[in-house]
Amino acid sequence: MAFYITYIGIGLALFGFIALFALAAVYAERKIAGFVQDRLGPMETGRYGSLQTLADILKLIQKEFITPAAADKVLFIAAPVIIFMAVFFGFIAMPWAPGWVPAALNIGLFYVLAVVSVDAIGILMAGWGSNNKFSLLGSLRAVAQIVSYEIPAGLALIAAVMVAQTLNMQEMVANQGIRATVPLHFLGVWEVTEIGGILAWNVFQAPHLLVAYVLFFIASLAECNRAPFDIPEAESELVGGFHTEYGGLRFAFLFLAEYAMMFLVAMIGVVVFLGGWNTPLPNIGALKLADWTTGVIWGFFWTLSKTLFFVGVQMWIRWTLPRLRADQLMTLCWKVLTPLGFLCMAISGIWRVMVMV
Amino acid sequence: MLKTALQAFVTAVKGLTITLRHFFGARRSRREVDVRKASYFDQQEGVTTVQFPKTKMPIPEVARYQLDVEIDDCIVCDLCAKACPVDCITIDAVKATGVIGKTSDGSVKRLYAAKFDIDMAKCMYCGLCTVVCPTECITMTDQYDRSTFQLAELTYSFSDMTPEEVDARKQEWTRFQAEKEAAKHK
Repeated sequence: MAFYITYIGIGLALFGFIALFALAAVYAERKIAGFVQDRLGPMETGRYGSLQTLADILKLIQKEFITPAAADKVLFIAAPVIIFMAVFFGFIAMPWAPGWVPAALNIGLFYVLAVVSVDAIGILMAGWGSNNKFSLLGSLRAVAQIVSYEIPAGLALIAAVMVAQTLNMQEMVANQGIRATVPLHFLGVWEVTEIGGILAWNVFQAPHLLVAYVLFFIASLAECNRAPFDIPEAESELVGGFHTEYGGLRFAFLFLAEYAMMFLVAMIGVVVFLGGWNTPLPNIGALKLADWTTGVIWGFFWTLSKTLFFVGVQMWIRWTLPRLRADQLMTLCWKVLTPLGFLCMAISGIWRVMVMV
Repeated sequence: MLKTALQAFVTAVKGLTITLRHFFGARRSRREVDVRKASYFDQQEGVTTVQFPKTKMPIPEVARYQLDVEIDDCIVCDLCAKACPVDCITIDAVKATGVIGKTSDGSVKRLYAAKFDIDMAKCMYCGLCTVVCPTECITMTDQYDRSTFQLAELTYSFSDMTPEEVDARKQEWTRFQAEKEAAKHK
């Protein structure tokens, strides 16, 4: 019985975290947008507008459920749930700190990628169920985009997995710092198992993994429909894309899913490439910085700060770059990112056999 | 293809540095700089927002904003109402039996302004009425922030006469006319 309480407790905790994160992230997003454009952003609700998103969500919760008369009722209502669940389930296998992971799956990364791609089905359901040309167009674009960009993202991750030799995310993180069970080499030449810190992160295990991380980051932007790859929501052409017909709590869930997805992809990148809960500070002689800054609380701190940093980068990119055209989007994916992804994977194979032996 | 992608990457990085500069520049607001200064265009970063009701931009005392009438200086010549392209000024005049006073610039007043209404909802802020006014009693002010719950509240009445007073003046004029007629027929 206590078993189930733990399950539900962890689920609620994760949901609470995602909800809080979404509130903070929407506020941060609007502030960043303001500052980048020489504006102030929200300023009126609360001190410096800090209660703005809370007011927004209260408004959304109070709103009526409106289902268009011509909509496919079942798909329309189920879509936000499926979209949110797809992202929410992804958090199950994500490690937060040493020993702190909701489920230490031995196929963790594979599971996350698989469950997150269910998102595409949810978006298609939303677009089709709305019975609205803009929604349908948006969802078709979204699905085409997500399915395409999963390939370079997957290839980039495989390149890292081939070096790390595990799909268990907790093990993968452990092997990027001073708690590693295998010898680590900075760029394949310098033994850094005892030194740890930033030098032991996967991006520095092999030079091509840095490229792989950039590939993954670009592809992950497209996977969560963020600018410059936000053609599924392209406000200027498609009203609101697949969520045109949604309002109230359903829209809130779509929004929550979008921000949760941002956090999730940033976290996958951090876990696979950037050391997860490992500290960036290395041991330097008597200064055991890495030893001092590794632990459960430190783990949470590093995971959160690294992930939030990359969420910030996603926002920064959104308010800088213009949207790509649909054909440019596909060109970038299939003609640039995918070949580079294959190249990274091939180099990983060679690296594993020739350098890491 | 790779060349284009690489170029896109480089330009994206360039754009990102620009926005990052603006992001950190947002810690301060832009200062007011005299347009004649050589350094006028040097301020590229910094928040431009003016938080309107709390802080206001400096504007001239007599700018092209809402109208104001100094009714004591008005000679009720009706020129402003005639000049108005959107007919937002309505003036009713009552003739006086003689000179009723002088305006501050010395013009003689012979008419009472029974009604002097300006519908600010119709006004297009062209300022033509202020140009034609011979006594410069109708002016534009620096008031621009005015919103009301009733549209009728945007009709400003500048006449200082009560309805009783208007009636009295009208009767006075009718009596005066009648007396003149009577004098003519004598």
